[in-house]
Amino acid sequence: MSAEAGILFDAPGPRARRKILLANLLALAGVLVVAAVVLLQLNRQGQLAPQQWTNALNANAWANYYLPGLKFTLQSSGIAVFTAMIFGLVFGFLRLAPFAIVRGASSVVVEFFRAVPVLVMMFFLYFFLSRQVAPTGLIASADSAYFAVIIGLTLYNGAVIAELIRSGVRSLPRGQREAAAALGMTSSQSLRIVEVPQALTAMLPSLLSQFVVILKDSALGFLIAFYELLQYSRQLGAGYSNILQTLVVAALIFIVINYVLTRVATWLAGMLSSRTGGATAPATSTTMVSAAGQGMR
Amino acid sequence: MRTKLASAAAVAAASVLIMSACAPSQTGGDEGGEAEGGGDTVRIGIKYDQPGLGFREGDGDPTGFDVEVAKYVAEELGYTEDQIEWVQTPSANRENALEGGEVDMIFATYSITDERDERVDFAGPYFVAGQDLLVRADDTEITGPDALDGKNLCSVTGSTSAQKIKEEYAQGVELVEQGGYAECVTYLESGQVDAVTTDDIILAGLAATPENAEKFMVVGNAFSVERYGVGIPTGSEMCEDINAAITQMKEDGAWQEALDTATEGTGYTPDEELNNGPEAELESCDD
Amino acid sequence: MNGFIELLAEYDVLGAFWMNVTLMAIAAVGSFVLGTILALFRISPVESFRAIGTAYVNIVRNTPLTIIMVLGVLAVWGQLQVEFFSSFALNFFTYAVIALTLYHASFVCEAIRSGVNTVPLGQVEAARAIGLSFLPAARIIVLPQALRGAITPLGNTLIALTKNTTVAAAASVAEASGLMSTMIEFNPDLMVYIFLTIAIGFCLLVIPMGILTTWLSDKLSVAR
Repeated sequence: MSAEAGILFDAPGPRARRKILLANLLALAGVLVVAAVVLLQLNRQGQLAPQQWTNALNANAWANYYLPGLKFTLQSSGIAVFTAMIFGLVFGFLRLAPFAIVRGASSVVVEFFRAVPVLVMMFFLYFFLSRQVAPTGLIASADSAYFAVIIGLTLYNGAVIAELIRSGVRSLPRGQREAAAALGMTSSQSLRIVEVPQALTAMLPSLLSQFVVILKDSALGFLIAFYELLQYSRQLGAGYSNILQTLVVAALIFIVINYVLTRVATWLAGMLSSRTGGATAPATSTTMVSAAGQGMR
Repeated sequence: MRTKLASAAAVAAASVLIMSACAPSQTGGDEGGEAEGGGDTVRIGIKYDQPGLGFREGDGDPTGFDVEVAKYVAEELGYTEDQIEWVQTPSANRENALEGGEVDMIFATYSITDERDERVDFAGPYFVAGQDLLVRADDTEITGPDALDGKNLCSVTGSTSAQKIKEEYAQGVELVEQGGYAECVTYLESGQVDAVTTDDIILAGLAATPENAEKFMVVGNAFSVERYGVGIPTGSEMCEDINAAITQMKEDGAWQEALDTATEGTGYTPDEELNNGPEAELESCDD
Repeated sequence: MNGFIELLAEYDVLGAFWMNVTLMAIAAVGSFVLGTILALFRISPVESFRAIGTAYVNIVRNTPLTIIMVLGVLAVWGQLQVEFFSSFALNFFTYAVIALTLYHASFVCEAIRSGVNTVPLGQVEAARAIGLSFLPAARIIVLPQALRGAITPLGNTLIALTKNTTVAAAASVAEASGLMSTMIEFNPDLMVYIFLTIAIGFCLLVIPMGILTTWLSDKLSVAR
C-alpha cells in the first residue's frame, strides 16, 4: 500500500508537510462534523437511548436471534460454496470438452446463470419450490426459502467458477497441454491431470473471495422471508421497536466475517504466489484486486 | 472422467442429504421434530413475529391471543401444553404447510376467504377483525380512511389493504410498502408516515408492546370484515371439536381474558357487533 | 400460453425494466465519480485521506447491499427523517440510487486502484521530473492510463450494478424483479414463462455489456 502510493509523490518537504498537516486537520474536522450531525439527529429521535441498544445486544438477542440467524446464513452459504464448486467443475470441464455441441450448450447454461440476477433466480425458485415441489412431499414447504437461497447461490456462483476454471486453463502456457499430449494423454486426461489442478491452485484465493460474495448474497434471502441473520435481526427489531439498532449489529457481524475472509484470501494469494513465484511473472503487488483482475483476463 | 463424474455425483448426493438434514424445518422446532411420531403431539402453526397475536423468541414460550386460543382448543382436544409442537407459519406458507401435512392446525391471523377455502378447510372463526388504522396517540385528525387524503400511509408488501384505501377512500394518499409492520410502526413513531393499516387486532398487538406503550392508538373505525379461522387440512375430522372448543372458550370468559391481555393499554376494543353478529357464526364442517 | 400474452398486456414489464435501466444509469455515473474520488484518496499523500478511503472500502464492500438498502430506508428516511422528495415514489427511487451508488463506488475505487497498479513507475517519475505535483500528475498522467487498464474490472462492476438494481425492490421501487414476484403471485400457472421473460430481459441487458467490455479492454489497452 505505502510503496504503491509512494510512486505518485516525492517525499514531502517542509512546505508540503505543512499542507499535509492542514489537510489532515481538515479531514479530521470533516469526519467529526459528520459524526456529530449523525449522533445529534439520532439523539433527537431517541435512537441513542440505552434501552434501544441493550435490547439489541443482550443475551436474549444473541441467543434467540443473531446466533440462530448467523447459523443459517453460514450454513446456507457454506453449502452453496460446496455445491457451486461442483457445478463449476462440471461446467468448467464441459466448456473445455472436445465436442462443439457440448461446449456450446454448456456455454449457454453458464452465460444464462451469470446474466440473471441472483434475486430474480431466488424469487422464481421460491415460488417454484413452494408451489410445485413442496406439494409432492420432496421438501417441506417451510424450507422452500432455504433451498431457494442455496440453489440460487449455487447456480450463479457455480457459473462464475466455471468461467474462472475455463479462463484459468486458457491462461496456462500451451506447453503444458502439448507436453501432456506428448506423454500420450487424451485431451480429457490432460485437462483432468495436468491443466485443471494448476488452474485450481491459482484460483484458490478467488474462490475464497467468492465465499465473501456468497455470504453477502445470502442476505438476499431476506426478501423471500428466509430466516437468516438479516431476517432474525428484523424480527428482533420488530419485537422491541429498535430495528435501526438490530440492523446495525447485523451489518457489523457481516463486515467482521467478510473482512477476516478477505484478509485470509489476500494472505493465501501471497502464500501461493511465493510458492510458484519462479514460474509466474514476479508479483509486484499481491492486493486482492490485482489478483482478481488478472484472473478475469 | 467416468470415475470423476461418479464421485462428483456421490458428493452431490451427499450434499443434498446434508442440505435436507440441516434444513430449518428439521432444526428449528423443539423436541426433535417429527421423529417421535405424530400420535402423541399436535403440531400447531402460529406466527412468530406478530406481537400480541403470535410472538416467540427462539425456543421460548410463545405468547399472544392466537397462541392462547390455540392452547385452549388443544386442551379441549385432549392435548396438554407439553404435547403442543409449535411451528412457524408465515402468511405465504400457510396453505402449503397444511397441504404438505406439516401442521395439524393453524392459528395465525388466518382470514377465511373463498380462494383459500379451495385448498384448505376452516374451523371457527374464533375472532372477527376488521381493517383499521393505527395513528399516533395525539392525532385527532385521522378518524377513518376518508381522512387520509394528502397523508402518508404504510402497509406491508403484497398486502391488498393499502391498495384498497387508495382505490376506495382516499386517492390522494401516499403509500409506502415495507417488509413488515414493525417497520411501519417505526415510521409512524418518527412521523414519516401518519397511519399504518391492516387488521385492527394486529395493530392493537403492535401498539401494546412495552416499547410502544401509550404511543399509538387504533382509530376504531373498522371498514372491512376479516374472519380469523383455524386452518385445518381438507377433510380433517377435528373441525367439529374445534368449533365446540371455541364456543366454550367464548362462554367461559377465557376468550375475553386472553383478548384483554393481548391488547392492554391501546384503547382498543374488538367490534362487539361483528364478534357477536352473523360474521362470527361458525363455519359449517360438512363440505 | 394465451393467458401469457394477456398477462404481458396487463403488466408493464417494459416500464419495470426501464426502471432498472434508469437506476443503473444514474448510479453508474454516481459511483464512477465517488469511486474515482475514493481512489484518489487512497493514493494521496495525506495519511488521513488514505485512512478514510481504506475504511470506506473495507466497510462498504463487506456489507451486503440488501442491508445498505434496508438501512437507508429504515434508518436514514425512517429515523433521521431525511427526505429528498415529498412524493414517496421519487423519494425511494432516490434512496435506491444512493444505496447503489455508495455500494458500487467501493468496487469502482478498487478497480481504478488496480488500474493504477498497471501504470509503470517510470511514467510517474517522468511526471515528477517535469515538475507536476500530485493532483496534476494524477489527472494528466496516471488516471487516463489507469482507467484504460481498469476497463475489465470497471465493466464487471457495471454488470454487477445492472443486476443489483433488482435489490431496489427492498426499497419499494417498482422494478423488474418485484414485478415478476407480483405476476407469479397472481398467476402461478404461468410462472416459468414469467421467469423466462424477466431472465431473458436481463440477459439482453447484461451480455452485450460483457462483450463490449472485452472489446473495449482490447481496443483501449495501453501498448507497452
